Amino acid sequence: MYLAATSSLPLRLYQWTEQLFTDLGLPLWLLAVLVATVKAALIIGFILINVIFLIWLERKLGGHIQNRLGPVYTGPFGLLQTVADALKVLVKEDIIPAAADRWVFMAAPLVAFVPSVMIWLVVPFAPGVQARDLNIGTLYVAAMTGCTVPALLMAGWSSGNKWSLLGAFRAGAQLVSYEVPLILATLAVVMLAGSLSLNDIIRAQQESTWFIFLQPLGFVVYLISAIAELNRTPFDLPEAESELVAGFNTEYSGFRFAIFFLTEYANLLGSSAIAATLFLGGWSGPFLPPFVWFLLKTYLFVFLAMWIRFTLPRLRVDQLMNLSWKFLLPVALINVLGTGVFVAL
Amino acid sequence: MLNAYTDIAVFMTVAILFIMISLLLSRLLRPHHPESGKLATYECGKTPFGDARVRFKIRYYIFALVFLVFDVELLFLYPWAVTLDDLGIVALAEAAVFLALLFGGLLYAWRKKVLEWQ
Repeated sequence: MYLAATSSLPLRLYQWTEQLFTDLGLPLWLLAVLVATVKAALIIGFILINVIFLIWLERKLGGHIQNRLGPVYTGPFGLLQTVADALKVLVKEDIIPAAADRWVFMAAPLVAFVPSVMIWLVVPFAPGVQARDLNIGTLYVAAMTGCTVPALLMAGWSSGNKWSLLGAFRAGAQLVSYEVPLILATLAVVMLAGSLSLNDIIRAQQESTWFIFLQPLGFVVYLISAIAELNRTPFDLPEAESELVAGFNTEYSGFRFAIFFLTEYANLLGSSAIAATLFLGGWSGPFLPPFVWFLLKTYLFVFLAMWIRFTLPRLRVDQLMNLSWKFLLPVALINVLGTGVFVAL
Repeated sequence: MLNAYTDIAVFMTVAILFIMISLLLSRLLRPHHPESGKLATYECGKTPFGDARVRFKIRYYIFALVFLVFDVELLFLYPWAVTLDDLGIVALAEAAVFLALLFGGLLYAWRKKVLEWQ
């Protein structure tokens, strides 16, 4: 019933627009582009609303974990604090340093932000509610997450600042190191589902059980690598404020800095949604509507990431590398082989 | 009818447009008074010295190389992972050899102290 109530209005709207297009004699590919544009706009809206809430949540949660109150003054429970911050940053001066490589400097936030939106193309929100069910879903997600590396390297290199350069190289080394175990952990899930499409992965979980129970090892590897990919504490070496000022975004100010900030939280939300889909059965669940389940599971991962951030201290560079290459990678390889035996026999 | 890759292109365009429009909006609202002190490179308040594109550790390159090897090999595992259910035990044995080679490579890099960060 819930499904009928939510999907009939968009469907009627679509049929009405299709009728309008045929009446006016417009080509149908234009309609497809229009539909995709509306989907993209809706998803950007979804991301923005959630990011505004996420930043508030992070500050509030951090406050309470550290026995403080967090934001309290702007709006009820300080809920409007992020909105106020966003408005403030919009009217702040944008400084491009004289030593910077101007065009690369300006392009870097764009290269960082765009993939964080594009991930959402394949995220299933509820049954049938998905921008496009790509048959190479998980590979596409891996490719989009990989785009962070060039963005951060561009930002750090073009800034013409020693801190930025150091931060960017750290970011590059860290992100590529943790990408391998991350992909291996996803691969084990793909083997169980027998498909790369995120929808098929959910369906496979409905038939058996949530993959977190079949893949406990893969889940732990995925969780650690995902947090490292997001540059969050304890893996925030690229930004390490106590040693590198602000790492790769030292020279960014005003709205360009805000884009990096937005990207960071959009990626946190995206990774959480993917993790919920791969390991917790996505939108499937009893009693509550699917979309609520999707949000609950996503926010479970968000909460976990925030909890870890405010609990653990930052790693050293050598510890960071050892954890990835000498622990996570062998474990993930063995996990893939074990899952292979499980699936093939 | 259009395929899924047009959707990807549309998503990319909309995301770029969103950033462009917000930057434009910000440009209309924000002050713009550049001067030499403001545009100087930030080095904790001191006068910046030397070029920022300094020499850096070769380690970063080595890790990028090791990553490249693993990432390309992972790409071969994707089709295998999807079809393993149908191909059965033979595909598993072949992949086991492949993974053993990968593991051997990792152990070699380990023993050669490539993975040490000094």
